[in-house]
Amino acid sequence: MTGNNLADYLTLGLIMFSIGAVGVIVRRNPIVIFMCIELMLNAVNLTFLAFARFTPTSAALADRAESFMSGQMMVVFVMAVAAAEVAVGLGIIMAIYRLRNEIDIDEMNLLKG
Amino acid sequence: MTVFMVLSAIAILAALGVVLFSSPVRSALCLVFNFFTLAFIYFGLKTELLGITQIVVYTGAIMVLFLFVIMLLNLGGPQTWKERFEFRTVLGFGFGFALAAVIASQVFANFQYFDKPQAPDSFGSPQALGRVLFTHYVWPFEIASILLLIGIVGSIMLAKRKL
Repeated sequence: MTGNNLADYLTLGLIMFSIGAVGVIVRRNPIVIFMCIELMLNAVNLTFLAFARFTPTSAALADRAESFMSGQMMVVFVMAVAAAEVAVGLGIIMAIYRLRNEIDIDEMNLLKG
Repeated sequence: MTVFMVLSAIAILAALGVVLFSSPVRSALCLVFNFFTLAFIYFGLKTELLGITQIVVYTGAIMVLFLFVIMLLNLGGPQTWKERFEFRTVLGFGFGFALAAVIASQVFANFQYFDKPQAPDSFGSPQALGRVLFTHYVWPFEIASILLLIGIVGSIMLAKRKL
């Protein structure tokens, strides 16, 4: 796949991120909202990797290995944070379901004053 | 190029399916498709280790967790509440199109000409990634492990019968 340029990957990331943002606003099922957040995180990961592959590094840093690696490192940490976020978030959804026997997102107004 | 086009078309269709299907199980399966195709796009970017990690972590662990909660809460059947059509739907789609238009108009004119990969082909190999992860990025790595530990403790606390 050498014929691609950076803009192709950025377009795919942009479309996926926009679909995820629309889903977070439109849907009412909290589990689907979580899925849309994962979709947005993955779009950002794709953008990180595309930039890591395509953008030139400065000549002063070109011989150091970590100058190419920062995008991939960010993706590793985003994956770790996403795993922790999903575990805690689904735990919260389970706790709310046990408390109220429903998970309609519009009925979750415990924090509203 | 054609491979990338086919993969990205599948990814976009699957992403649309996540938002548009009313059954959460179908949304979850569409999300699995999306993550899987994204892993192959990562392979095309020569970041092999992260592509495999994508398959293992996202489609393996996170989506199993999602499906587990859907089955446990018994949400897989017909929807218990209707997705109403209301003003928020229009607002959401308008916001999405506006977001896409703003990013596209600001970004793409500058990135058309980056068509040559600058990083070496071996930059996504496990050797290269592991060497940098355990030397230059060792502090963030340790902090990420502490974060995962806090996540474990938090989800156990939330799952207890009495808080």
